[in-house]
Amino acid sequence: MAASFYRDLAEIVALSLEVSLGAVALAALLAIPLGAVLALGRFWGRGALVLLVNAAMGLPPVVVGLGLYLLFSRAGPLGPLGLLYTPTAMIIAQTILVIPIIASFTRETIEGLAAEYGDMLAVLRAGFGQRLATLLAEARPALLTAILAGLGRALSEVGAVMIVGGNIAHYTRVMTTAITLETSKGNLALAMALGGILLALALGLNLAVGLFRERMRERAHA
Amino acid sequence: MQNRIGPWRHALSRLLQALALVTGTFLAASALAASASAGTLIVQSTTSTRNSGLYDHILPAFEKDTGIKVKVVAVGTGQALKNAARCDGDVLVVHARPDEEAFVAKGYGIRRHPLMHNDFVIVGPKDDPADVRHARSAAEALTRIARTRAPFVSRGDESGTHKKEKALWKAAGIDPTAASGSWYREAGAGMGATLNMAAGMGAYTLSDRGTWLAFNNRGDLALLFSGDPALYNPYGLIIVNPAHCPNVNLKDAQAFRDWLLSEKGQKLIAAYRVNGEQLFFPDALPQKDGEAEKKDK
Repeated sequence: MAASFYRDLAEIVALSLEVSLGAVALAALLAIPLGAVLALGRFWGRGALVLLVNAAMGLPPVVVGLGLYLLFSRAGPLGPLGLLYTPTAMIIAQTILVIPIIASFTRETIEGLAAEYGDMLAVLRAGFGQRLATLLAEARPALLTAILAGLGRALSEVGAVMIVGGNIAHYTRVMTTAITLETSKGNLALAMALGGILLALALGLNLAVGLFRERMRERAHA
Repeated sequence: MQNRIGPWRHALSRLLQALALVTGTFLAASALAASASAGTLIVQSTTSTRNSGLYDHILPAFEKDTGIKVKVVAVGTGQALKNAARCDGDVLVVHARPDEEAFVAKGYGIRRHPLMHNDFVIVGPKDDPADVRHARSAAEALTRIARTRAPFVSRGDESGTHKKEKALWKAAGIDPTAASGSWYREAGAGMGATLNMAAGMGAYTLSDRGTWLAFNNRGDLALLFSGDPALYNPYGLIIVNPAHCPNVNLKDAQAFRDWLLSEKGQKLIAAYRVNGEQLFFPDALPQKDGEAEKKDK
């Protein structure tokens, strides 16, 4: 049992990382520009959009999962893509869950920085692009925190990946769905151990990003 | 002002183009991956066959024999039937015979094949306050629980086990949902989660024997009643009808069915044991399965 157990475990950990890191990367790519536009843009409906993005931080994963299930189901509009019960569908689900978090953090940060540096940038007669670049560069440490918060949401989420992934062994089973499964088998010790591993994983990722952020700060102040 | 917006617009449109490209590539790649996944089979299944470890026991042999990769989506029987009706699967392995026959009658499935069976058992706290142990039938066992208002956890999720439980209450002439929230507790959960709850609150519940035998958090729970023919639990196999769902992987689904119903598949099912106890009794073997059943009692 031991060898195959550790192989299965490694597989599950690897897929968890692949799905959640993939989702966070994709979400950051979409959410940071979105947050910046919400912070600096002046357009009709901005206030409503800000409210919507903030509220979406509380999206229940199971609702996102259900919505995507209906979309990706063979009987649904995107059925022919064959995405249901694939890791890709899981990445899409977590991306949707992470976008509001990163976008909100980004908007908040950029707005704060814009207030702080606004006069200086105006004196320098900086264009919109320059202002954006300056503010984003200044916001980098805070954006890393936003990304970590998003990663936390993705790694801990179970409702969405359970529905769109199906918790298929060796294919779409991740840490959280494995914990649910072991709990339902009454293997509480094993479920708890998996929870410990997930926690250690989150700790390691936070530590790595924390160290990276420190170095970034040091360089900025050198 | 205009010259400020200019470069910004330009940058934004470049960014959007890049995003479109990334997203497009991503979707195309995954669509390609999906179309290249011939030789894989999605089985919509009840949970008991997975939670009991049966699939881990038989699927490696099937995959080795045929090279077909089996992906099991284990949900309750009710959800499995609904998912399959939406074409999200190739084969069903479920246990709610009337619903299975309705599924085939509606044209969603080709045919129901008897695959195997075991039985349901009533489990509850060892001290057995409702004295279910001495009931002469399943209906009487439930009547005793209702009379003493001893806590009973229902699956409450339209699974095969839940459907069976509802039929048993009906046979006993009791409507337990009138007591929902007091002694009758509807969990809306899978078998394992329901057993965890029953163990946690010292309640009775109905379980399939396979999940019960493989369950590792029994606490104070014990098997208190079994053996009534009304507790018979047959599992059926259905291939989703390609006339209803053109995406069905019919060739591999047929290979799966033929293999499971073959002597080899059926013997493997019969050979699966947890702590020395046989969990499932093959129904497609021409003879000898009667012997195995006698040992069960």
